[in-house]
Amino acid sequence: MSEVANSRPLLRATGVTKIFPGTVALDHVDFTLQPAEVHALLGENGAGKSTLIKCLTGAYRRDDGDILLNGEPVDPRGTLDAQSYGIGTVYQEVNLLPNLSVAENLFLGHQPTRFGMISGREMTRRARETLSQYGLDIDPARSLGDFSVAVQQVIAIARAVNLSGKVLILDEPTASLDSGEVKMLFDIIRSLRDRGIGIIFISHFLDQVFEISDRVTVLRNGRLIGTEDAANIDRVQLVNMMLGRELEHETRETGKTDLAPGAPWLEFDDFGKKGRIAPFDLKIRPGEVVGMAGLLGSGRTETAETLFGAVTHDSGTARSRGEEIELRSPRDAVAAGFGFCPEDRKIDGIIADLSVRENIILALQARIGWARPVPRRRQAEMAEDFIRRLDIRTSDAEKPVGLLSGGNQQKVLLARWLATNPKFLILDEPTRGIDVGAHAEIIHLIEELCAEGMSLLVISSELDELVAYSHRVIVVRDRHHVAELVGADITTDNMVDAIASAHNGSAT
Amino acid sequence: MSGTARFLRRIAPQLITLAFVLALISVMFPGFFNISIANGRLYGSPIDILNRGAPVALLAIGMTLVIATRGIDLSVGAVMAICGAVSAWGITQGYDLGSTLLMAVVAGLVCGLWNGILVSFLGIQPIVATLILMVAGRGIAQLITEGAILTFNDPNLIFFGSGSLFTLPMPVVIWIVTGLLITWIVRRTALGMLIESVGINLRASTLAGINSRVLLIAVYVTSGFCAALAGIIAAADIRGADANNAGLWLELDAILAVVIGGTSLLGGRFSLIASLIGAMIIQAVNTGILLSGFPPEFNLVIKAAIILIILVVQSPALRTGMAFFRKPRQTDVAKKETVTQ
Amino acid sequence: MLSRKAILGASLLASVALMSSSAIAQTIGFSQIGSESGWRAAETTLTKSQAEERGIDLKFADAQQKQENQIKALRSFIAQGVDAILIAPVVATGWDAVLQEAKEAEIPVVLLDRMVDSSDDLYLTAVGSDLVHEGNVAGQWLVDELGGKDCNVVELQGTTGSSPAIDRKNGFEQAINGHDNIKLIRSQTGDFTRTKGKEVMESFLKAEDGGKNICALYAHNDDMAVGAIQAIKEAGLKPGEDILVVSIDAVPDIFQAMAAGEANATVELTPNMAGPAFDALDAYFKDGTKPAKFIQTESKLYTQNDDPQKVYEEKKDLGY
Repeated sequence: MSEVANSRPLLRATGVTKIFPGTVALDHVDFTLQPAEVHALLGENGAGKSTLIKCLTGAYRRDDGDILLNGEPVDPRGTLDAQSYGIGTVYQEVNLLPNLSVAENLFLGHQPTRFGMISGREMTRRARETLSQYGLDIDPARSLGDFSVAVQQVIAIARAVNLSGKVLILDEPTASLDSGEVKMLFDIIRSLRDRGIGIIFISHFLDQVFEISDRVTVLRNGRLIGTEDAANIDRVQLVNMMLGRELEHETRETGKTDLAPGAPWLEFDDFGKKGRIAPFDLKIRPGEVVGMAGLLGSGRTETAETLFGAVTHDSGTARSRGEEIELRSPRDAVAAGFGFCPEDRKIDGIIADLSVRENIILALQARIGWARPVPRRRQAEMAEDFIRRLDIRTSDAEKPVGLLSGGNQQKVLLARWLATNPKFLILDEPTRGIDVGAHAEIIHLIEELCAEGMSLLVISSELDELVAYSHRVIVVRDRHHVAELVGADITTDNMVDAIASAHNGSAT
Repeated sequence: MSGTARFLRRIAPQLITLAFVLALISVMFPGFFNISIANGRLYGSPIDILNRGAPVALLAIGMTLVIATRGIDLSVGAVMAICGAVSAWGITQGYDLGSTLLMAVVAGLVCGLWNGILVSFLGIQPIVATLILMVAGRGIAQLITEGAILTFNDPNLIFFGSGSLFTLPMPVVIWIVTGLLITWIVRRTALGMLIESVGINLRASTLAGINSRVLLIAVYVTSGFCAALAGIIAAADIRGADANNAGLWLELDAILAVVIGGTSLLGGRFSLIASLIGAMIIQAVNTGILLSGFPPEFNLVIKAAIILIILVVQSPALRTGMAFFRKPRQTDVAKKETVTQ
Repeated sequence: MLSRKAILGASLLASVALMSSSAIAQTIGFSQIGSESGWRAAETTLTKSQAEERGIDLKFADAQQKQENQIKALRSFIAQGVDAILIAPVVATGWDAVLQEAKEAEIPVVLLDRMVDSSDDLYLTAVGSDLVHEGNVAGQWLVDELGGKDCNVVELQGTTGSSPAIDRKNGFEQAINGHDNIKLIRSQTGDFTRTKGKEVMESFLKAEDGGKNICALYAHNDDMAVGAIQAIKEAGLKPGEDILVVSIDAVPDIFQAMAAGEANATVELTPNMAGPAFDALDAYFKDGTKPAKFIQTESKLYTQNDDPQKVYEEKKDLGY
C-alpha cells in the first residue's frame, strides 16, 4: 500500500499546535492522510491523539498550524462543521440516541421529507438500504438501544460516512467489541477504504493496528515521533516509538505455579444471585491472584458485583477467616477489607468533578466515617504518594479527575482502593482502554500487590495477561463458573477451549 | 493556590454582584448606607436587608446541601408555614418557650425525614417527592392554625423575630450562626466532600462504600431544620402564624439564591457562603425596589430584569468569554474531555 | 362531553325535584376563596353559623386561592343539584361559562364580597361592601382628624391589581382630593399580609428620614397595618401618635391595637355577607322577588372612642 503515499493527500495538517494552561498538548505536529488509506494514530496516554483529532475537527481551536482538505485550506468550527466539510468522527462511546430508532439515528437532522413532513416510510427504506451496504440486516424501526455496542458502532459509522464521506475518524472503535465483532468492523473499514475514504484509526491493540493499517503515525508527549508504512515496521519498533523505552519482552507460556496449599482466608459457599450469576463456590488465599476469563456478559462482572455487595446475593454465605460475614452492600464489603475497581470507570468509578486527591481518599474516608476526616495534610501526602508511586500523569492533585486520560483515571481508582489497604481487591478489566505503557504498569502493580500478600480477583478479556499473573483462572460462561485452571493448566488455549465450549452445556 | 485564595475566588462573583446591587441602590437612594443605633440595636436599610433576608438565607442553607446531592426541595416554604404554625400553637397552648421551639424544630425535622425517605429509599425523583409536601404542607399548617392567623404575645417567642443580640436583629444572628455552623460542620468533617461525591455520581459513590442513603436523608433533614428556623422567625416577626402566606414562594427564592451562589442544579461542588450571599443579593433587590419608590406594578418586572442580568453576567459562557477572550464553548469541551487518548 | 351533559341533565332534574318539595333553599353551595386573611376566615365562620341558624345544609369548598378550583367547585355544586350557590370569586374575569352553566341549571348564584366582570343576568345578586366607599370613609376620617394640618401619608396597598387595592386607593384619593394639606408621598404593595406590611413599612421609614417625614399611614387592610405598627414601634416611634394609622376591615387584632393607642381608626368590612345573601335567597324562593343587583353592606367607621376592647371581645371568636 506504500504507493498511496505518492498521490495527492486527502488531508494534510502542518504545524498543528495546541496549548492548554500549563502544558503544550500538541507541538507543531504534521499529519497527512491519503485517500483510500487506513492510517493508525498511536501513542501513550496524553500523547496528544485526542487533541489532534479535536483540532482536526474543530472541537478545539488550534493555536497554530494549517489544515488542508484536498489541497484547500479548511477551518472547521466543530464536529458538525467538520461533517459538512466531509470529516466524520465516531467516538469510543457511541454518541447516538439509544431511545430513538436506528433509522432516526442514521438521518437525524437530515431526515427525508415529503411535502415538508418527515417521511417515516422513506426514512426506513433508505435506512435499510444503507445498512445492507454494511452487511447489517436489522429492522431500522427498532430502538438503537436494543442492539449491541458493535451494531451501534456500525450505525455510527454509517451515519458519519453518510454525512461526510471523505474522512472518517474512528476513536478506539474496537474497545468494547469481541473478536467476531472486530472482524466484522474491519471488513467494513476495508470496504470503505476501497471506496476511497481516508480513515484515521485510533486503537490500543497493536495486533489490530497491524492487521488493518496501511500507515502508522506515532505521537509522544505532544510531538510527532514518526510516520511509517505498517509493512516496514515490527511490533518492537512500534512499541519503542510509543514508549521511547524498551518494553521487556515477557510472555509466559503458562500461569504461575500454584501457591503452597495454605488455608483460604475468604470462602464463599453457594454464593449467587438469581438472574445474574448462578451460585458458585470460591476460596481465596492470601497473596493469590485469581484470574477470571469469559466473554462479555458471561457473568464475570456479575460475579464481581455480587462478591462486593453492589448486587445483594440471595443465596450462600461468605466467611472471612472462618467467621461468617455480612455482604449486603458495598459498605459491608469495604468494612470486610474488600476493594472493587469496576469495569465502567466513568459510570461506576470516578467522581469526575472531584479532584484527584479527593477521589483517592474517598473510599478510605467512607470507611472511617464522615465525622473523622482525614487531615488535609495527610490527604495531600497520600495523593502525592500515589501520584508518584503509580505514575499518575496530572498537573497537580487538585485537578478534577474527569480531565485525566482513561489510564490515569484507572490508576486513581486503584489508588483509591490501595489507600484503604484492602486485603482483597477485585479488578474488573483494569487494563481495558488504556495505553501500552499504563497497561504494563498496572500488570506490574498486580504482581507487586500479590507479593505483598494481598489477594486479587482480576477479570480480563486479555488471556495473555491472565496467563502472566494468575495463580488460578476461573472461566465463566452463561452465568456459571464452568472451569478452574491451576498452574501449568493455565494457558490461553485451555481458556479458549473452556470459553468456546459454550453450546455443549457441560460444566467442568 | 492557598485555601483562602481559592475560597475568595469562588465567592468573588457573588460579592461583586452584591456590591454592584448595593451601589445601584445607593445611587437611587442616597441615604442607603446610613446606619444608626436605635433602642440598642442597629438601624438602617442594610440591616433591613440582613434581617428581611433571614428566611431565604436559612432556606438557602438547606437548599444548597440538597441541590449539591443533585436534588431539590420544593417543600421548604410549606415546611416554614407548618413550623411557624406549630410554634404559635405551642405558645398559645401554654407550653414554655423551650418546648415550643423543640416542637417546631422537630416538626421541621420530621418533614425533612419524610422527604429524605421518599427520595432515598423509595427512589422518587426529588422534585416530585418534595412537591407532595409543598402542596400538602400548607394544608397541614392551616389545620394547626384552624384557618386563621394564630396570634400570640409571648415576648420570649417574639424575641426571635424582633429582638436583638449584640445590637443585631435576632433573625440576622440566627441565620449567620446557622450558616457558619453548618459550613463549619460540612467542611471540618468529610460530609461536604461526601455530599459532593454523591451529587456528582451516586452510583460510583455507593460503590466506594459511601452510605449514600443516610447522606441523602441527612441533607433533606437539614433542609427541614433550616425551614423550621425560618418558620419560627417568620411567625415571631409578625407575632402570628399565617398559614397561607408564611414562606409563600420562598422555596423559589431559595433555589434562586443557590443558583446565584454558583452551585449547579446538577449537583456536586457547592458553597454555602456563596448561597448566603446569593440570598442577600435577592433581598437587596427586594429592599432596593421598596426604597426606590417606583409604583408597585413595576416590582416584579424590575426584580426579574435585575436577576436576569445577574444570571447572564454569572453565566459560564460570559465568564469564560471575559476571562479568555476566546470562543465561549471551549471550557465546556475541555470539561467533557474525559475521553481516553 | 356526553357525560357532562348527562350530569347536567341529572342535576336539572334533581334541582327541580328539590325546589318542588320546598320553597326555601335547603342546600346551598359556598365556594370560598380560601382563608388568606382573618377576615376571610370570619366570613367563612359567619356564613356557616348563619346557615346553621337557618337550617340550611351548607356545602363548603375552599378554593385555595385558585380560580380553577372555584370553577370545579361550582361545577360540582351544579352536578349535585344544590338550590343556590354563594361564591366569593378570587378574580373578576373568566366566569361567564360556569355562571352560564349554573343559569341553565336554574341555580341562582349570589356573589359575596367581590364582583365579577360578567353580565349581571348571570347571577341573582351580589352582596358586598362598596370598596371605593370604604376608602372614602377612611380618607374622610383622616381629613376630619387633621383639620387642615399638613400631613404626609404613606399607603400600603393590597395585592397589585386586585379590585380592593384599586378601589380602596381610589376612594381614599377621592376623599383627600382638594385638601392640599394632605400629600400621598409613598405607595407600595404589602400583598395584604402582615409580613409584607411590616417589611414595606420598614422601607418607608428608612426612605422618609426615619419616619419623621411621615404623619399618617393608610393601609388597605388591618393585617398590613398590624405589621406596619410593629415596624413603627421597632423604629422607635409611637404608632397612633407620631404616625396616625387608619386601615380597613376591622379585624379583632386592630381593635387590640386601638385599645393600646397604637392604631387610630378602621373601617369595617363586615364579614357577615351571608346574612343578607340568605335573606335575598329566601325572598326569591318564597315568591320570586328579585333582589337588587347589588346589596351594599354598611362600611362602619370605628375609632379609639368606640370602646375598642369591647369590640375586640365581641369579634375575637368569629374565627378572624
